[in-house]
Amino acid sequence: MNRELVITRKKWSLRKQTLALILLSVIILFIMVTSGFFVDAKKLDVHLENRNIAPSLSNLFGTDWLGRDMLARTLKGLTLSFSVGILAAFSSTVIAVFLSFLASLNQLLDRMVTWCIDLFLSLPHIVTLLLIAFAFGGGMKAVVIGLALTHWPSLTRVLRAELLQIKNTPYIQISRSLGKSSWWIAIHHYLPLLAPQIIVGFILMFPHAILHEATITFLGFGLSPEEPAIGIILSESMKYLSTGMWWLAFFPGLSLLVMISIFDLLGQNVRKFVSPYQFKSWQV
Amino acid sequence: MPLKKISLFMIGKIAKLMSLIIAVSIISFLLIKHSPIDPIQSYIGADMSRVGPEQREKLEEYWGLNEPLTTQFFSWAQSIFHGDFGTSLLYRSPVINVIADRFLASLALMGMAWIFSGLFGFVLGVVAGLKRGKMIDRIIKGYCFLLSSTPTFWVGLLLLIIFSVWLGWFPVGLSTPVGILTTEVSLLDRIHHLLLPAITLSIIGVANVALHTREKLIDVYNSEYIRFAKASGEKGFILFWRHGLRNISLPAITLQFTSFGELFGGAVLAEQVFSYPGLGQAIVQAGLGGDVPLFLGVVLFSVLFVFIGNTIADLLYQWVDPRLRKGEIR
Repeated sequence: MNRELVITRKKWSLRKQTLALILLSVIILFIMVTSGFFVDAKKLDVHLENRNIAPSLSNLFGTDWLGRDMLARTLKGLTLSFSVGILAAFSSTVIAVFLSFLASLNQLLDRMVTWCIDLFLSLPHIVTLLLIAFAFGGGMKAVVIGLALTHWPSLTRVLRAELLQIKNTPYIQISRSLGKSSWWIAIHHYLPLLAPQIIVGFILMFPHAILHEATITFLGFGLSPEEPAIGIILSESMKYLSTGMWWLAFFPGLSLLVMISIFDLLGQNVRKFVSPYQFKSWQV
Repeated sequence: MPLKKISLFMIGKIAKLMSLIIAVSIISFLLIKHSPIDPIQSYIGADMSRVGPEQREKLEEYWGLNEPLTTQFFSWAQSIFHGDFGTSLLYRSPVINVIADRFLASLALMGMAWIFSGLFGFVLGVVAGLKRGKMIDRIIKGYCFLLSSTPTFWVGLLLLIIFSVWLGWFPVGLSTPVGILTTEVSLLDRIHHLLLPAITLSIIGVANVALHTREKLIDVYNSEYIRFAKASGEKGFILFWRHGLRNISLPAITLQFTSFGELFGGAVLAEQVFSYPGLGQAIVQAGLGGDVPLFLGVVLFSVLFVFIGNTIADLLYQWVDPRLRKGEIR
């Protein structure tokens, strides 16, 4: 009886803690993203009589110079950022998986893929993004293409290194001598083995993609000014900062920061969950 | 150090740089060709309506716009090779001069931020590593992870609100005071305008170095020689000074050099927020204003900049570490 009590009182195991954190972050993210859909469209309308109100109970994030509710705009912006991020991160992951499989085929292709990775890492990330966004003339399409084309190198490198190890294991060799094609091996052997890495890489790519979307939009190369993106809100706010309207920049940026860091937390914890041994080595 | 090894190293590096520059110029050339920008319209600007179709055709012929893509590319590459980057449409002066001018301003900003973030990050990493698992370690680690999700420009905006608008300690923008001739601007004025963007960049740049240094220090402290030193009675600061510092400083410095790309990216944002007239602001203006020559010039320049950083890091790794120099470890 006494013994049982001690056990139930014991702290959760690392696995349980991790799982709880994953669940919690998913729930918070879900709320953040979906609340954008339930925003009252009226709050986005211009109400000149309510303009420049500092944060209060009725307008938690304050209102802007046209009387639009900043909380509503921020939530809409987060939803938009999320959808852009998911599109870009997904395409980038697909590119990374494809290239790493390509690299595993033969020496020449491997060289070419590594060279491409080097090439993309030799330019500052923002400059590459600007270049691509510039070439596609700005807007949603340009942002998604730019983000998709610039986030694959690090994941490709990880996957390629992993594949190099797997490639020479006996069971792959046997599979090959049994006459299975490279494609068959990739689908049936490589993909299941790499799945955890791919999922973790995908989730961890997310915060970067969202951050870069906001950045490029802020610089004026991304989404158009009519869309309520966080980057647009922040770049517009710059004109009004000197009049002391701090809430225009503070809350939208903070919300973006919260969303990105929760994603980061989610990624870290999923990694901890799927490969606990690897994690233990770099945790103290 | 054998001369042959050095020359081989340099030749390899230069070949790599050449291949990178060629690849980047081909890709950016194709991308720009693909872009919706009409070269003639962006050159002539607002007077476009006065140019008839015949004149337009003549211009196209004069510029070789009707030639095949490869011919266009080679004539462009040839002039680049001779150091002629063309004329900036926004500034109406040679691109190379604009870049040189702007780069000096950016260099001051990036250099300051580079040193600040390096020193500060290193100290944070050392403290976290020495006190690993304690409260202060958790705070520093949390701070660094939080930083990696923070938009640089938002930090800039916050600093601008706090220090320029509320406290009024710093000017709102530009690299020099308004209404004063450039020759009369004192060094103090320049630093005054430089400080806030530099602090923004440093705050963001700390995370990488701090986390890396922390890991390294923990590795070092788990080693045999530290155990031996501890057994012979060394502890605390002396132990760190004699055995820790030397082993973790080189990786930290190397890492700082490989972060030139991020530094450049951060500078683009910080310059935009504080309207500081550097290279980053130039590329943004060039992109928004359709100034293709300047845009391409800055792109190629940034390749060179990042490459120099990486090469210095490689050199440090190869030859500064006495163990690597003597070929003891490979």
